[in-house]
Amino acid sequence: MSLWRYANPVEFMRVSGAAMPVVWAMTALTLGVGLGWGFFLTPDDYQQGATIKILFIHVPAALMAINAWLMMLVASLVWFIRRHHVSALAARAAAPVGATMTLVTLATGALWGQPMWGAWWAWDPRLTSFFILFIFYIGYIALWEAIDEPDKAADLTAIVCFVGSVFALLSRYAVFFWSQGLHQGPSLSMDRQENVHDTFYQPLLVCIAGFVLLFVSLVLLRTRTEIRARRLRALEAVEARA
Amino acid sequence: MIPDLGRYAGTVVAAYGISLALLAGLVGLSVLRNVRVRRALARMERETARPRDGQA
Repeated sequence: MSLWRYANPVEFMRVSGAAMPVVWAMTALTLGVGLGWGFFLTPDDYQQGATIKILFIHVPAALMAINAWLMMLVASLVWFIRRHHVSALAARAAAPVGATMTLVTLATGALWGQPMWGAWWAWDPRLTSFFILFIFYIGYIALWEAIDEPDKAADLTAIVCFVGSVFALLSRYAVFFWSQGLHQGPSLSMDRQENVHDTFYQPLLVCIAGFVLLFVSLVLLRTRTEIRARRLRALEAVEARA
Repeated sequence: MIPDLGRYAGTVVAAYGISLALLAGLVGLSVLRNVRVRRALARMERETARPRDGQA
């Protein structure tokens, strides 16, 4: 069985339609458990007090902000190489989800930074690269809306996606490139010694799973909408010619 | 059951409130657009399936 069969819109609609109720139910369950665990059942941090609870939204949202762009990059590459419309529409569908995740990251970061750093914002490498990533998301969405011809829009937005990938990666690794920033090192690492304490680590993993599932649920829903909207435009064009 | 958030209560509640509002807004708008497009497509498919004047 080939992965490319899902590039067929009919096949994609059939499989995603069957999967959606299950994925949405898993999203609600995982997010409910993760955020409930993080907010109600974790203790205060010895340094950061109750603000540590912001971790359970800030870190998963930041991970999804970066990974949404990487998913768009893969989908754009598939569009560029194989010209599958579903992949271009999936990239388009993912952009508002990624932009919202980036906005959540910036908002929670500002709220967390104010009591901890004494500043809502600093031109720190990681913060700045995240801000630029947000601008790229807005530009990408605006470009899709601005061009009427779908294939041309998919081509040009794919190019924006390739360029923006530099900032998506930079926002992930900026903290390693420049050490002078205010932002701390990564909260998650393959090295157990660098991770946050298990008390926070376990609910954080559940929250990350919840955000990943929320992303998948939203991208499936929005891709289905884009496929229908594309068919609607095609029928309207046929009607207009008749 | 509500944890004592101490002097950071406003900060933590604002962070959760803004984030959940943004995510709920995104879900709501996505569902709304999906319903609108689905209805418009169903209407258009009904109309295009109907024979036009002069066509049997």
